[in-house]
Amino acid sequence: MIDIYNLLAEIVGEQHVSNHKEERYFYGCDPGLTPPHEPDYVVMPETTEEVQQIVKLANKEKIPIVPKGGGLALTGLVIPQKGGIVIDMKRMGKILEVNEKSRYVVVEGGVTHGMLQNYLKKHHPKLRHSIPDSPAISTVVGNAVIHGQGRLTQQYGFNSDMVSGLEVVLPTGEICRIGSHSISSQHWFSKGAPWPDLSGLFLGWFGTTGIITKLGLRLYPCKKMRDVMVFLTDKIELVPDIILKLTHTEMTEDIVVNEQPLPPRMKGNIYILIIITGDSDEELDFKRKIIWDALWDIFESRDGGFLSVPADMKPPLLEMPSRDVVRFADVRKGGGFEYSGPIIPLEKYPEFITKQKELVSKYNLSYSATSRVIAGGHCMMYAFAFTFNRADPDEMDRIRKALREAAEFTVEQGGMMWKPTIEEQKMIIERMDPNTLKIMKKIKELLDPNGIMNPGNWEA
Amino acid sequence: MTDYTKQIHRCFRCGYCKFPSDYSDFNCPSYARFRFDTYSTSGRLWLIYAWLKGEIEWSEHLAEILYSCTTCKNCVEQCPMKFSSDIVDWIVAARSDMMEKEKGRIPPRVTSFLEDVYRLGNPLKERGKRDAWANGIKRYQPGDEYLFYVGCLGSYDEFGRRMARSVARLLSEAGISFGILGNDENCCGNEVYLLGEKELFQVLAERNIQKFKELGVKKVVTLSPHAYNAMKNNYPLVSNAYFEVSHYTQLLCGLLRENKIRPSRNKIKVTYHDPCFLGRYNKIYGEPREVLQSIPGIELLEMERNRENSFCCGGGSGNFVTDLLGGSEESPSRIRVREAYETGADILAVACPSCMTMLQDAVKVENLESKLAVKDISQVVAESL
Ligand SMILES: Cc1cc2nc3c(=O)[nH]c(=O)nc-3n(C[C@H](O)[C@H](O)[C@H](O)COP(=O)(O)OP(=O)(O)OC[C@H]3O[C@@H](n4cnc5c(N)ncnc54)[C@H](O)[C@@H]3O)c2cc1C
Ligand code: SF4
Ligand code: SF4
Repeated sequence: MIDIYNLLAEIVGEQHVSNHKEERYFYGCDPGLTPPHEPDYVVMPETTEEVQQIVKLANKEKIPIVPKGGGLALTGLVIPQKGGIVIDMKRMGKILEVNEKSRYVVVEGGVTHGMLQNYLKKHHPKLRHSIPDSPAISTVVGNAVIHGQGRLTQQYGFNSDMVSGLEVVLPTGEICRIGSHSISSQHWFSKGAPWPDLSGLFLGWFGTTGIITKLGLRLYPCKKMRDVMVFLTDKIELVPDIILKLTHTEMTEDIVVNEQPLPPRMKGNIYILIIITGDSDEELDFKRKIIWDALWDIFESRDGGFLSVPADMKPPLLEMPSRDVVRFADVRKGGGFEYSGPIIPLEKYPEFITKQKELVSKYNLSYSATSRVIAGGHCMMYAFAFTFNRADPDEMDRIRKALREAAEFTVEQGGMMWKPTIEEQKMIIERMDPNTLKIMKKIKELLDPNGIMNPGNWEA
Repeated sequence: MTDYTKQIHRCFRCGYCKFPSDYSDFNCPSYARFRFDTYSTSGRLWLIYAWLKGEIEWSEHLAEILYSCTTCKNCVEQCPMKFSSDIVDWIVAARSDMMEKEKGRIPPRVTSFLEDVYRLGNPLKERGKRDAWANGIKRYQPGDEYLFYVGCLGSYDEFGRRMARSVARLLSEAGISFGILGNDENCCGNEVYLLGEKELFQVLAERNIQKFKELGVKKVVTLSPHAYNAMKNNYPLVSNAYFEVSHYTQLLCGLLRENKIRPSRNKIKVTYHDPCFLGRYNKIYGEPREVLQSIPGIELLEMERNRENSFCCGGGSGNFVTDLLGGSEESPSRIRVREAYETGADILAVACPSCMTMLQDAVKVENLESKLAVKDISQVVAESL
């Protein structure tokens, strides 16, 4: 019998492979609600070549592989449904290049958002990336693979839209370069355009078509100042209009819409967080004025108004990533939350929040509804977020049911499930145009003939 | 602390505890060393919970994961949750529990650490001669202002002894009346407590407190932040006997302010490594720096990770002896001396004999001996007199 452990140890060194129960247990679960399933091995490569050798070995022996970054997608996407090898990418943590003129960075496959943010602040203070509010340990690649959204998403689109090139180890072991650097290894400014954009073969595929070992990412100007304005309304139906007015100004960085029952003073109100940036007080004042003017008629009709935000409340609202977001997991003193975050057309916001409230009372749940506006308001991410006590199986079960209903509702409303669980993926596949599905299937079979990559996911 | 078994599931495994506050690097020393998530805070908390639920069984590997936590409290500092201040207590409670329920099955190096303290009064396998370092420094007598408690490393370790002598010299020169316990001194029990051997800790603490009482000690000054921490925070749980405890850097700081020690000009570049038991445990960040900065001509260069964000040398929780994090380029002490060297300093100043031995070893392995001298704060001051 082939000794896979020793072969893996030869590739990455004994210290960086484990088949101990403890690692298998921990890497067999994520913080969400998907039932655990253990891998047989956990490996931590440091180079593309090591990844390549692992993949070649797995492909030859038909062993499943699951790449894992921070493991924080929350929907079970890094749980090895069929065992095999989990590849923890975080030892591939080098920031390889920053091009200040063309404004991009090239990172290895396990670089975390936290470290990239710190690196840019230190070495390139005029540049920033679109950092999501996921914990700092989440990876740039993991986030792009699930089409994440960050602080610059309102302005520039999904974080995956900001990708400017990839290096991928294909399931059959070839190393493949995608984008402008496919013809010139020095230039990482475009992931595809003006040619066929092959990055689409890997982004959104949850690691089922290859392992991304390097990624180019667009950077954007980092203004000297940031401020937050908070607009309050109790009229759910006005939210799409308010967002339309705000995005019309083209003056805002991020727009986040929040509704939550706690603390009690927040209940029943919708808080719209509007982040603005500038290089001077004049610039900020100008933007504040334009934004005020844009919402003036709503203010006049007494349907909403700006909240005066005390100075000491601003830092947590401006913090990147926001640590407040994870505190939601402790509301039930139980260390858990999961959210389904469908991408929905803007005008559907009222229906979604109404649905969430219905689920909350039906299943007796604690919730938060946070939505981020995407790309100037073409759509938004709506988070059906529920927190649970990990020691309360009944509550966990109720949330599973609520999320299932939320997913069905999303599909009915024409929304797109974001980072769907395997069950939700099946729901999508059942309803997909058969010809679209056929293309997906062909791509999958072409790239991963032995079906070793994150099996269970996107199984058309 | 509330019963840890009812709380430990609250960890969300968000990983903030892996970092310092600015995310510049990994700051959980055992995670930085091993890099499996299991060796981070959430790994430990989830595995302990799994063990409590019977989902995993005790194993040597589990014990290694549990004991390679240096109890540095970076996680306590960084975790955004309301329970953050309890995290290390949970880990320590689980160690105690495991010791009891698993009938003492703990890593052999930890067993021998505890056995040596039990049999010999120190974890360094030394017998008696606790005062061999003292070179004529007198024993504590009733009426002396301070008892100078040097601890196990101060008594037996080559570098620790030099530190102890240097502190004693400064105290003498400043005219402080003090004495030591010599052969009557016993292990402070800080590591024993953190390794989860609560009964042995109780015995050690009671013994020390009894000795202090017999001699009428009112003020203790410790060489080690570990002893300072045990006496300040854990001894009161054992006995209500009152005595004041300070760390030697606090005492030196007062003496410098009062001009009882007057360093002369010394053009040196120094970086300071905050020990966990002074810094994160007791929030003493200012005094050690003030002592160093009282030397005219000194340039104090901060490492990127300092104060609350300091990176543990890897020696806490008995690891200065058990060394469960050793043997790699990514051993915390080696990472730390590389960071110190990057500041451009010539001297890496420490305030803890445990950090001293860890970092001394690390500069050798990193071939930095001729470029970066590891000295304790009192030595830096003494050399500037
Ligand atoms: C508190 C909280 C807040 C959040 N806020 C946001 C937010 O504001 N915006 C947002 O977008 N998301 C958010 N998320 C969701 C998620 O955590 C992030 O999107 C995160 O960046 C995902 O990255 P990761 O490294 O954790 O990915 P993982 O969960 O490790 O992986 C995600 C997917 O990518 C695959 N993958 C990972 N690495 C590779 C690779 N190298 N090659 C190929 N495939 C790979 C995995 O197999 C998996 O299918 C949040 C989550 C939490 C818990
Ligand atoms: S200990 Fe706190 S910071 Fe660390 S993973 Fe758990 S919840 Fe997050
Ligand atoms: S105390 Fe230190 S070593 Fe232990 S888990 Fe927390 S950060 Fe890691």
